[in-house]
Amino acid sequence: MKIVILGNGIAGITCARTIRKKSSANISMISSETKFFWSRTALMYIFLGHMKFEHTKPYEDGFWEKNKINLIQARIKRVDFKTKKLTSDRGEEFEYDKLLIATGSVSNKFGWPGQDLGGVTGMYNYQDLIKIEEYAKTTSEAVIVGGGLIGVELAEMLVSRDISVKMLIREEGYWQNILPLADSRLVSEHISSHGVELKMNTELKEILPDDSGRVSALLTTEGEKFNCQIVGLTPGVKPNIALFQSLEIETSRGILVNENLETSIKDVYAAGDCAEFKTAPTGRKKNEQVWYTGRMQGELAGLNILGADKPYDPGPWFNSAKFFDLEFQTYGLVFPELNEDQDELLIYPDKDKLIHLVFKKGVGVVDGVNLFGIRQRHEVWDSWLRSKAGLKEIIRDFKKAGFDPEFSKDHYPEVLKAYSDRFPDDPILSATENNKNLAI
Amino acid sequence: MRAKYLRWLGGLLLIVGFLLFNALFFLGKYQLSPEIIRPYSERAGAEKINAAFQNLYSKSYSLPFDFVGELNSGLEEVNSLLIDQYSLSGEQSNQWVEQWKNDQGFRVDLTNDGPYQRSKNAEDSARISLFLEFGSWLDGRDYPDFKTLESDLQIVRESINNYGILAKMGFDKYRKKNAVMAISKNSFRGIHENNPILWIFLTFGFCCLGGLLIFLSKTKDLPGIKNNEIFKRGISSRGWGAALLGAYLIVFYIILYFYPVYMIAFIELVDPLSLLLSGNPAGQFFLYGFIYTLVILVMGLRMILKYKHSLYQRWRTVSVMFFQLSFAFLIPEILVALNKPYFDFKNIWPLDYDFFFEHNLASLIQSGGLGIFMLFWGIALIIIAVPVGVYFFGKRWYCSWVCGCGGLAETAGDPFRQLSDKSLKAWRLERILIHSVLGFAIIMTALVLYTYFSGNAEIMGMNSFSIREVYGAWIGAGFAGVIGTGFYPLMGNRVWCRFGCPLAAYLGLIQRFKSRFRITTNGGQCISCGNCSTYCEMGIDVRWYAQRGQNIIRSSCVGCGICSAVCPRGVLNLEVKKEKGRFNGPNWIGQDPSLKELQIPDLPQIDPSPPH
Repeated sequence: MKIVILGNGIAGITCARTIRKKSSANISMISSETKFFWSRTALMYIFLGHMKFEHTKPYEDGFWEKNKINLIQARIKRVDFKTKKLTSDRGEEFEYDKLLIATGSVSNKFGWPGQDLGGVTGMYNYQDLIKIEEYAKTTSEAVIVGGGLIGVELAEMLVSRDISVKMLIREEGYWQNILPLADSRLVSEHISSHGVELKMNTELKEILPDDSGRVSALLTTEGEKFNCQIVGLTPGVKPNIALFQSLEIETSRGILVNENLETSIKDVYAAGDCAEFKTAPTGRKKNEQVWYTGRMQGELAGLNILGADKPYDPGPWFNSAKFFDLEFQTYGLVFPELNEDQDELLIYPDKDKLIHLVFKKGVGVVDGVNLFGIRQRHEVWDSWLRSKAGLKEIIRDFKKAGFDPEFSKDHYPEVLKAYSDRFPDDPILSATENNKNLAI
Repeated sequence: MRAKYLRWLGGLLLIVGFLLFNALFFLGKYQLSPEIIRPYSERAGAEKINAAFQNLYSKSYSLPFDFVGELNSGLEEVNSLLIDQYSLSGEQSNQWVEQWKNDQGFRVDLTNDGPYQRSKNAEDSARISLFLEFGSWLDGRDYPDFKTLESDLQIVRESINNYGILAKMGFDKYRKKNAVMAISKNSFRGIHENNPILWIFLTFGFCCLGGLLIFLSKTKDLPGIKNNEIFKRGISSRGWGAALLGAYLIVFYIILYFYPVYMIAFIELVDPLSLLLSGNPAGQFFLYGFIYTLVILVMGLRMILKYKHSLYQRWRTVSVMFFQLSFAFLIPEILVALNKPYFDFKNIWPLDYDFFFEHNLASLIQSGGLGIFMLFWGIALIIIAVPVGVYFFGKRWYCSWVCGCGGLAETAGDPFRQLSDKSLKAWRLERILIHSVLGFAIIMTALVLYTYFSGNAEIMGMNSFSIREVYGAWIGAGFAGVIGTGFYPLMGNRVWCRFGCPLAAYLGLIQRFKSRFRITTNGGQCISCGNCSTYCEMGIDVRWYAQRGQNIIRSSCVGCGICSAVCPRGVLNLEVKKEKGRFNGPNWIGQDPSLKELQIPDLPQIDPSPPH
């Protein structure tokens, strides 16, 4: 059996490795970006000088040959689902029995005037990085449009070169379409403390060029003008499916798949950033563009390509990020606004640290937590969320989830205090007291 | 702005201090006087010493090279004069043979007050006493004829002429080296002689102050990981700066271990400190220990500032600074001042490879209760502290909290930790090399102990003296020193600890098979960015484990905790827990559990592609 995987990102390579563990099928992986798999998540660290490109490759170059996975660097121009054939821009043809589309995403662009000028850039692929490296040499001021995770990474990169950075944020706090206001404020303050000027409630109107076609300034909808030599456009990413949009395969935002990651075409699967579920999995979005869903879906696609016939079951949502030096982890669902039946408990064990718990009113089931400056154990939270643990149980056992390094400050007293201040009439019983009560 | 000036000023002081230090090499003179050489007259005879060195008294040298050359050839001249005078010829030894004659042939009798001992001639009596010593094994032997006796006599004559004369009256290899060192040191007059405190300040003081100012310029930096530019600066990414620094360090170590006579200008600088501490003049290893400690203290401060957000890193750094300053540097010197054996209470065999050498055992046993305590302490460290400590904490309790080599690696070596080789090839080499060195150390020590208890140096064709010499030069000095530290800027800061240290191998075996320590990975949070692997000084591909949700249990892990610190997603944690579940398979949250069980007996049949 010939299996072709289009895209060598985390979804593609996980699929290839899963298949290889189970079968001796012929596997080819085609990518136009780089020959070898590398971690896009480390893009900023190459720029910062923490790593070189070679450090971002999770597998040694010889690994692929050893595992008999053919790596092909080519840009696919044409896909023919009827004859099961891919054609590259150089005219090479690749036949497949089963195809996985794992083409990832591309940066969003919203048709802003000036978005294609020199000095205007996204921050998604290696080519972007090379451009930014070049632009940064002749830049003293930069503006970043879009307040997501990539935006703050770009800000950190530019600040490291002593470039003064402004970020235009559409909402009244950083990442506020995702984070509750208090969380957003905490992050905003942290980002500001690193010298980034956050312009809240501000949107881009136009990017202005200089004589050479390089950006010279940016106009906001408020009529403000900011001089700058780099404009970072980071309003998120969208599925990279341009190749397929005119074909018979069903697409919407991404390539539509059922719960088995099968597309509308027989023997064609899609996984990772480019795939969109027809029906959203429980507690999940239809299209989740994060690293680990690429990994999960890549694995599942591999299994299903081999005939496992298994549905996607990602379990409770989780994610993590780092804003400059502020670490963020989230488990379960915390929305920017509470639902009607929800309540919240905010615990600030330190300035610059926050535990934000969201639970059903009364001390009910915990729906999720946002953690800033604190590390918690995924395994424990996963089991709490799956078992629908209540607030009292979680507060009582909070230490179990601790994942901060040794010698870190113990936040348990603050957690207990915050709880008892908030619910003085419903005290937490220690585990032993609890057992005693049960025995009585 | 203020920070920038501080940094510049600090850098300037550092460079000036470093240059002044090195300038000392050129700013002194070597002049021999009869007083300096006099102690050697007693041994080899005043007239020979004078004949060899007379013409040096009036000369002065500004660099050690010619001077050391003259001293060497002077001592060789003395040697050859001695050999000319005292060498034993066959003619002479044959004169003594007559008295041993009996009916059956010859019986050698050296106890008898024979005519050969009655000489009044000083030269002859010296020759006779040499013969009695090196020919003692002939005593009481019977020979059927002169020919067989003569062949043994020839062996004795050869050992006297080739070795005995120099060992007893002249300067054999070691004595010559020591004499050259001592004579040079006494002949040296440095520019710092009259103002030692000033010069200590101008060199070490300037360097430390420079470093401190640079760190001071960063005290206002926000807490967090500070790895910007590491791979953009040559010094930390194998550029020219790194090559120069590496070359300097390598030369420094080669001189230190093999040609210390060329660093007398620097040793003299710290003489007053050594006199103050132990009452003895400084040797090259006092100088080395002093610089070593200073570097750990200053670079330790840097580490503490760099990781101000991480209490684990700060405590760990304070710990290595403390152990270096007290256990490794001050306490041994104070012990010497109190006339006790030099002893580093935290150094453990087989890293401390000469712990079981005769001279060490003898000096401990002869030092009363304290010496015996030291002996037991040293053995207890090996058989109790290592396994128990590793079981409860991992090998880090030693390697990155206590050890001196580790202390240097974790402070001065921190800027180079990213240079370790992460390839599978390096890992393979590591396992072969480090366990070979451990095996070598054990065999060498076994031979040394055999010699100690039996008095016999030879066993199975191996000579315990030459084996320990090989170990000392190739492993102790070459591997640990020259390669281990000299190559910091080129191969990372743990080359010795990873590829060579036999104690690390021993600690590692226990860590791998019987310990509660592991680095855990956090569910499905890993994004495979590679910071952990990049900054692992032991070259462990941490990411390999983290991305598949597998605990990291590796014999080489020294538990520095940097992987956990640099992880942007809070994935890694150094933990000590019950042993159960320590070895977990790949198990990231979100991974499909059926992957393991899923059996795919036959691949689904695929229709052949339609013709086209």
